[in-house]
Amino acid sequence: MKFAVVVFPGSNCDRDMYFAAKDALGEEADLVWYQEADLSDYDAILLPGGFSYGDYLRSGAIAATSQVTEQIRAAAEAGKPILGVCNGFQVLLETGLLPGAMLSNVNQKFMCHYETLIVENNETMFTSHYEKKEKISIPIAHGDGNYYCDEETYQTLLENDQIAFTYENNPNGSVGDIAGITNEAGNVLGMMPHPERAVEKLIGNEDGLRLFQSILTHWRNNHAINA
Amino acid sequence: MPSTLEISPEQIEQQRLYREMGLSDEEFKSITKILGRRPNHTETGLFSVMWSEHCSYKNSKPLLKKFPTEGPHVLQGPGEGAGIIDIGDDQAVVFKIESHNHPSAVEPYQGAATGVGGILRDVFSMGARPIALLNSLRFGSLKHPRVKFLFEEVVNGIAGYGNCVGVPTVGGEVQFDDAYNGNPLVNAMCVGLIDHKDIQKGIAAGIGNTVMYVGAKTGRDGIHGATFASEELSEESEEKRPSVQVGDPFMEKLLIEACLDVIQHDALVGIQDMGAAGLTSSASEMASKAGTGMTMNLDLIPQRELNMTPYEMMLSESQERMLLVVEKGREEEIAQVFKKYDLEAVAVGEVTDTKRFRLTHKGETVADVPVDSLAEDAPVYHQPWRVPAYYKEFQAMDNYIPDVSDYRKTLLDLLKQPTIASKEWVYDQYDSMVQTNTVVRPGSDAAVLRVRGTDKALAMTTDCNSRYIYLDPETGGKIAVAEAARNIVCSGGRPLGLTDGLNFGSPENPEIFWQMEKSVEGMSSACTKLGTPVISGNVSLYNESFGGHAIYPTPIVGMVGLIEETKHITQSHMKKAGDLIYIIGETYPEFGGSELQGMLEGKHFGKALRIDLDIEASRQKQLLKAIQSGFVASAHDLSEGGLAVALAESLFENELGCDVALEGDLTTALFSETQSRYIVSVNPEHQEAFEGEVKDARCIGTVTDDGVLRVKSGEQPVLEEQTTTLKETWKGAIPCLVKSKV
Repeated sequence: MKFAVVVFPGSNCDRDMYFAAKDALGEEADLVWYQEADLSDYDAILLPGGFSYGDYLRSGAIAATSQVTEQIRAAAEAGKPILGVCNGFQVLLETGLLPGAMLSNVNQKFMCHYETLIVENNETMFTSHYEKKEKISIPIAHGDGNYYCDEETYQTLLENDQIAFTYENNPNGSVGDIAGITNEAGNVLGMMPHPERAVEKLIGNEDGLRLFQSILTHWRNNHAINA
Repeated sequence: MPSTLEISPEQIEQQRLYREMGLSDEEFKSITKILGRRPNHTETGLFSVMWSEHCSYKNSKPLLKKFPTEGPHVLQGPGEGAGIIDIGDDQAVVFKIESHNHPSAVEPYQGAATGVGGILRDVFSMGARPIALLNSLRFGSLKHPRVKFLFEEVVNGIAGYGNCVGVPTVGGEVQFDDAYNGNPLVNAMCVGLIDHKDIQKGIAAGIGNTVMYVGAKTGRDGIHGATFASEELSEESEEKRPSVQVGDPFMEKLLIEACLDVIQHDALVGIQDMGAAGLTSSASEMASKAGTGMTMNLDLIPQRELNMTPYEMMLSESQERMLLVVEKGREEEIAQVFKKYDLEAVAVGEVTDTKRFRLTHKGETVADVPVDSLAEDAPVYHQPWRVPAYYKEFQAMDNYIPDVSDYRKTLLDLLKQPTIASKEWVYDQYDSMVQTNTVVRPGSDAAVLRVRGTDKALAMTTDCNSRYIYLDPETGGKIAVAEAARNIVCSGGRPLGLTDGLNFGSPENPEIFWQMEKSVEGMSSACTKLGTPVISGNVSLYNESFGGHAIYPTPIVGMVGLIEETKHITQSHMKKAGDLIYIIGETYPEFGGSELQGMLEGKHFGKALRIDLDIEASRQKQLLKAIQSGFVASAHDLSEGGLAVALAESLFENELGCDVALEGDLTTALFSETQSRYIVSVNPEHQEAFEGEVKDARCIGTVTDDGVLRVKSGEQPVLEEQTTTLKETWKGAIPCLVKSKV
């Protein structure tokens, strides 16, 4: 399987995402600079965390206007798995591929530590290696991680099973304790916590690795059918 | 020379305008002698910044010579952007600490943020990828609203910059004392990793080669920052806010990636960041180091503001700028590397064989001075020293032993002291995990990062107990180095070397100069004994405010150690019930400069603690061997608050308990801060092997699973408290102080 990690100016978790896919998962991965990107040959697209364009204007807002967005949109429509973590999630919100918006954490401070997440939906291509309602420990590192959407959107998210992860102890004020959501089709996942930081025991735990393994399983199953 | 409406050389001399720039009458005279004429306004500016303490170390040079700086593993000692130490496999670790005290005192967010930016550039300009940031902070009492503001904004500034550039802030220390009420200390340290073949130097070699300017445009911010940093803070310092630079971490992130790309380009000859004294220092130092000269056309300097004068351009400390020397004719190749990141690389000058630094502006020569006179020929002052009266008084005092009856309450009170209390409120705001190498995050004795692609790891820490140094600079200096090394050893590492951040008051005060000299001597002897050369450093003097109150002498030690195998990585928290608890080292009734003394008496006095460097060195060796042999489950050095605090801290992570029996005077046993001691836990199966390895270890109890810290004297219980109660007290103290209305 071949992963593309899209690198924007100011991305800073790009290499972490690359190492997670390449070393921890053991699949092919490339760092793809946003201007030179040709995403057509990749099986999955990873949008890493960081501060694209310094988070100037709004987190993710400027990256969402770059021309690579059109390729991301096309990949989403083609049903490829697209994972946006932290700033990558913010970019997905700004492109409209996922509903809602991101506000500053309620305490107005950046925060970095492990949080316990609850797997709300384990029937997505990103979460099949988890149990439903399983508690996992994944690091967060953000200043603007307070997910917001209106009541109607929230009800839609609930009805469509689009809420992938919630926080056990909401650290940032997110509506419905939301930590990660998918699009309606289920192939685009945005989440504030960093699964790519939890792929090795030495640096913490392996709870995030299963997310990448889920993507791989989905691809293999699809591939087997197509073949 | 220049036809602008600049102040004339005559005016500068007659009205002694050079004094406002920080030059003395004598210094001005010697500049006139060097040039054979009066310097013009721009030239006077060049000399004033390059001859400031901040750039020239004119007051501290004689002291810095005392530091041992060499060792078989040292690849680069002091003199370049940062020092470099070999760690095997053709890799090396690059590190340096730098202060940003003065700017942080008047504009804490930007002061701290640009401190981080500057130290990052020192490291990546060597060709290294920055892998970790640490810091060492000192504030006054959080009772003062201004101090609270400074504390919150400094932390905010460090977070704002470090988080954005994607370099984890993995460790550091924060201490609070009235001595820093008017003058906080903000020292930032950066650690980088490099392959030997990529090591760069800041040299302007090759006559005819091109000088290129990269990064942010030059504005009017930070003009005379280096001079500002070389004088006491005063009521007027607030007016110097324009001397404080403004940082752009996004620009820095682009620069890091672009510079790490460009060092792989064979057209690059030299690279240096524009730090203190901006263009002036980077350009003149690069030429001076290479034995060449340089001309620059200031019309070509990218400018952010209109009508900037040569003086302003040369003295600006605008951030996120680099100076490169590249092979002539290959400028476009270099420019292409930067273009990817939307950065402009502009040719602004040429390397010459004249050994002169010549600047032109609008077709006229606006400065022409010998390049070595700027970078090398600053005066060196051997300041007079005098033993302070307070020291004589302290030495004559009887040994102070505090009067403690309620050990439980005393422990709880100590855990609430902001210097001891959990710093989670601080480090939670720092991204400590980005780059996914952080094995031991902030909160343990030292931070640990694995070296990706190997089984090795690096341990790093910053340390300095300035109270001990105030009481006795020489002993305190030894302790600062020894404590840093102890923290490295507790993590399973072998100390490799250190960077020093020397923060003192005015060197022109003979008593302060004595503090400087003695603490440097103490540090040097510990460095020699412990095999940790000084490979880089920074000097920040004139840390005085409002009425001549100098800070405590605060020479901060930033140390890095090598952990040979990741399985040696050890942390301070105890692992499981049944493990044996050992104290290593004798305990004496020593409370001078202790937390307990400060808490009970509201001040620090008396003799400092003793330290025997032979014992220190041999215990470090023994403990490290025991750790490497796999005998040790946890290790924690005893520092502020003594055994009781260290014991409590060791239990917090897993909320375990302990049964410990102590002998002798309990106040001493529990709270004395006697040096060269550790508390370790050992699985009983390793008891014999461990005791055989560590001679001075004495078993004092066991780890329990009932979550209660219990201390007995004989059969008599003397201290008993729930671990969770102790932990909540320790964790809640700083958030409570920050939130409380003053």
